[in-house]
Amino acid sequence: MSTLAIDKAGPTRKVKLRSMSRDRTWALRWSYFFLVLFAIFFLIPPIYMLITSLKSSAEISAATNPWWVFHPTLSNYVELLTSNQFLRFFWNSSMISIVVVIVTMLISIPAAFALARMKFWGSATLATGVFLTYLIPDSLLFIPLFKMLAVVQDITGITLLNRWYVLVFIYPTLTVPFCTWIMIGYFASIPKELDEAALIDGASWLQTLTRIFIPVALPGLIAATIFAFTVSWAQFLYPLVFTTSIDQLVLPVGITTTLIKGDVFNWGQIMTGALLGAAPPLVIYAFLMDYYIAGLTAGATKG
Amino acid sequence: MADVVVEQGRLSRAASPRKRASLRNAMGRKSTVAFFLTLPLILLIALLVLYPAFYSVYLATLNKAMTKFVGLSNFTFLFKRETFWMVVRQSCIFAITAVVFKALIGFIVAHFVHNIPGKKQRKWRGMLLVPWVIPPAMSTLAWLWLFDPSYSAFNYTLSFFGIGPIPWLGDTFWARFSVILVNVWYGAPFFLIMYLAALKSVPDQLYEAAAIDGANWWQKIWHITLPMMRNIIAITTLFSLIVTFANFDIVRILTSGGPLDRTHLFATWAFQVGIQSSDIPLGACVSLFMVPILAVAAVFILRDVNKRGNEA
Repeated sequence: MSTLAIDKAGPTRKVKLRSMSRDRTWALRWSYFFLVLFAIFFLIPPIYMLITSLKSSAEISAATNPWWVFHPTLSNYVELLTSNQFLRFFWNSSMISIVVVIVTMLISIPAAFALARMKFWGSATLATGVFLTYLIPDSLLFIPLFKMLAVVQDITGITLLNRWYVLVFIYPTLTVPFCTWIMIGYFASIPKELDEAALIDGASWLQTLTRIFIPVALPGLIAATIFAFTVSWAQFLYPLVFTTSIDQLVLPVGITTTLIKGDVFNWGQIMTGALLGAAPPLVIYAFLMDYYIAGLTAGATKG
Repeated sequence: MADVVVEQGRLSRAASPRKRASLRNAMGRKSTVAFFLTLPLILLIALLVLYPAFYSVYLATLNKAMTKFVGLSNFTFLFKRETFWMVVRQSCIFAITAVVFKALIGFIVAHFVHNIPGKKQRKWRGMLLVPWVIPPAMSTLAWLWLFDPSYSAFNYTLSFFGIGPIPWLGDTFWARFSVILVNVWYGAPFFLIMYLAALKSVPDQLYEAAAIDGANWWQKIWHITLPMMRNIIAITTLFSLIVTFANFDIVRILTSGGPLDRTHLFATWAFQVGIQSSDIPLGACVSLFMVPILAVAAVFILRDVNKRGNEA
């Protein structure tokens, strides 16, 4: 960093310029050097997952060099992808995440539209309230929610605990506030002339929303969708508390509870499972990185 | 939008009383439409966020079997337990240390990435955000394996430097260190992205002017970068403080609070007390202790976000 300093000693303009460009090259070199170090730190766990997932149990317990695969094998992948239990976890996770994304969008888009464009009594308070709700963490609500589900189950006779579908109702509490918040930002940035024109042409509020707001704010919509999906895919606490039977578990809980049998850790399979579980968000991220980052920064920059 | 309606109102007022009535209908329709559009949101927040939050306060005043109102005796019981004070201290140490390191690493790495020209910057940014993208439960499993007592890849590597096997998760100090390390690893990329976005919004002319005035790199950071990024730094730090303070996944998977409860946070201890030992009132009580700190952070965030909204 210190190489960024400008050489004040340079007596003439010419010398000073040259030293500045030399400083820049050095700053760049140092930047690359430290970036490589940080990249190693940031990428060690995923890379180690990959390395271990390619090893057989025999090679892992032989305690050879952990950073190298001597006899690469896909047996862990084959075993997991043919195991009904693992596929069940994957299916549960996918179902829940997709339904939650749809529910989130159905709730937050209309609400964001109303909050961004239709000034009504209490709309500003509600917008602030939505943002505050986003700051309430899951670890504050899991105990009362657990008890609530038990009580509702007793009263109505509908089985709620230990059923994966109950998560579809719970997860929107995590996704809807943030999605509404960033959609308010995106909707508010649409020029008023657009919907005024639509209104003059006789469009109803609903038509204004579906024909103008949704198409124009599509990037924001994609960012919100990615957020909702990754949050529901990664959620760990609620499924850990609300579901226990093996056929009701989602991927993160399933891997942490079933692949550890007693004190025996089958690390090859655990790492394979973790990698496969991390794959959907990683693939989405790889293809839609700009939307992902837009969604990430929107919370603070679109006030 | 409201402007249009008002203008239409002015026009119709000039026209005829019948039209005024239809205008009133339209206004009525507008608020009705708005009500129905926000109704699902209001219901969701009321039923599944606000109600449980207050229900939690009620639960905290019951006895273990949840049959009798016991007032504040759950709280007084906690105050007398040494484990509780340990959890308070550990949560604070954990949250503050982790957030400080996340912010520092994020700030430093953001500068390095910012130095990289054009297209390569995108590639580096993409690579460095990976920890944030992987579900924390999954990546923590990889860390657990890296910290494994007998097969630790870290200890294998360190043994070449003559550093003896480190009990990553077995010893109080190292267990706390490891839990914080994993949290920093997971959260630093978020800071990196936020700070990078903020750095890009600082006009280059400011730095050029400073360079002409003979400012060194430290003066540039202190007098230009930090003031310009002040708001983003505040929001990101406070937000991260909330999330880190309420963290559950990492500690649960890595240590489950061990060794001897030395890494428990409010969330993991509440889980152990409330769900695993099925003392729901006491668990609710433990998690309620997060509220004051979360509330303070939330108030400051709200202030900063509103300020930002007014500036823009």
